[in-house]
Amino acid sequence: MSVVGHQPPPFFRRGPAPLARLAFFVILSLALLVLDLKYRYLELARQGVATALYPLQRAAYVPVDLYEQLGDYLSSLAAVQRENVQLKRKELESANWLLRQQHLELENQRLRELLDMKARQPVSGTIAEILYTARDPFSRRVIVDKGGQHGIAAGQAVVDEAGVLGQVTRVYPLQSEVTLVTDKNQAVPVKIVRNGLRTALFGASGGQLELRFLAANADVQPGDLLVTSGLDGVYLPGLPVAKVLRVERDAAYSFARILCEPAAGVEKHGQVLILGSREALPPQVAETEARDKPAKGRKARRKE
Amino acid sequence: MAIQPSHSSRRILLPVRQWFILFSLVAAFFLNLIPLGDAPGMPDWVALVLAFWSVREPLRLGMGTAFVIGLLMDVATGSIMGQHSLAYLMLSYAAGGLSRRILWFPLAQQALHILPLLLATQTVMVVTRLIGGADFPGWGYFLGSFSGVLLWFPLTFVLLLPQYQPIEKDENRPI
Repeated sequence: MSVVGHQPPPFFRRGPAPLARLAFFVILSLALLVLDLKYRYLELARQGVATALYPLQRAAYVPVDLYEQLGDYLSSLAAVQRENVQLKRKELESANWLLRQQHLELENQRLRELLDMKARQPVSGTIAEILYTARDPFSRRVIVDKGGQHGIAAGQAVVDEAGVLGQVTRVYPLQSEVTLVTDKNQAVPVKIVRNGLRTALFGASGGQLELRFLAANADVQPGDLLVTSGLDGVYLPGLPVAKVLRVERDAAYSFARILCEPAAGVEKHGQVLILGSREALPPQVAETEARDKPAKGRKARRKE
Repeated sequence: MAIQPSHSSRRILLPVRQWFILFSLVAAFFLNLIPLGDAPGMPDWVALVLAFWSVREPLRLGMGTAFVIGLLMDVATGSIMGQHSLAYLMLSYAAGGLSRRILWFPLAQQALHILPLLLATQTVMVVTRLIGGADFPGWGYFLGSFSGVLLWFPLTFVLLLPQYQPIEKDENRPI
């Protein structure tokens, strides 16, 4: 076979050896992994492929949708009537608060004006429906049916009627991906309603949440309600997030182990509200303006 | 390539058609996309069909196909780019390398060969995600491989069905 100018006949030619091909593709995969995990360079490519796959994904959702519709159709009239009665009672119960809310908000605004404080940011939102749970057992994410075409942007907070559900982490043209608060890598800055203690809440396994890095003697009791503190500039302050389930204080560790239960129906499907993105915090804006126009500021000061 | 279903069979199969391999992969991809929540023990159809064709036709289905379909799976499930492609790639390589050996056995023992391959595929994905900082999904995650192996029997029947057809049609013959 080593005669110069003679090549093996074409029916024996099979390209590079399998091991060489394997090495090539493994290196390519590892490069993609690092690029995506470390630098997030591949979002644009992902958007393109996801858009191309969108019809197939919607088609795959059809059988599940049909099954759900069948279930709705077969659910008895009595169940719907019972739900209707419950909702009416709930509405009456909350009417007391809702009716006074407008009055209180006006009063609050007037008082803030009197005190010369910055007005609270108005809340806007988009109603979306959770389509399905992402098929990824390593994280807790759901797909909702509103995307970039509906003005959704990554980073917006998502709530349901009971509390914070999560945050939009990836936006496709017609869908977006919401990472739930129960995901291990999702952190929410919270404060305890009872005493105003500020801390951060992380996801834990089994659909629960965990308060990390709180000293073993921190003032936390089972049943404490946790609301967003609003320090992160993502979540509006005061949204309920979780309730403390159990506090384990072990002298061997410097931190207490505090497990919480999410307030929102995190593992259920239904309608959610995607809150509009919050504007940048005022001090930061002032700082950047000052940095952009240093000469003007100096002149103004000299005039004074 | 006309081969026997297994070494003990006397039947010679028709050559496989390239479009049927592609079609079965697309169908498996579609089955993977159906959102069934986080029901435990759902088989990875794409891995199963890839393993099947890598064993039956190692020259027609290469690692390049496994890599590309893995990337598509990564985008569709929203996982890290490269997670599925790396796992499918290794599955395709191992199944292709073992194909001569696996086809020597009857179906039940073929399935026994496939089980460690599917488990290794899932292990590659778990290791990738654990390095990426994700949570361990629990041992129930590996149930998918066992249910997948049980599907090896019907899958072999369905995917070889087009190759069982006779070449010349005879009106008087039932099959």
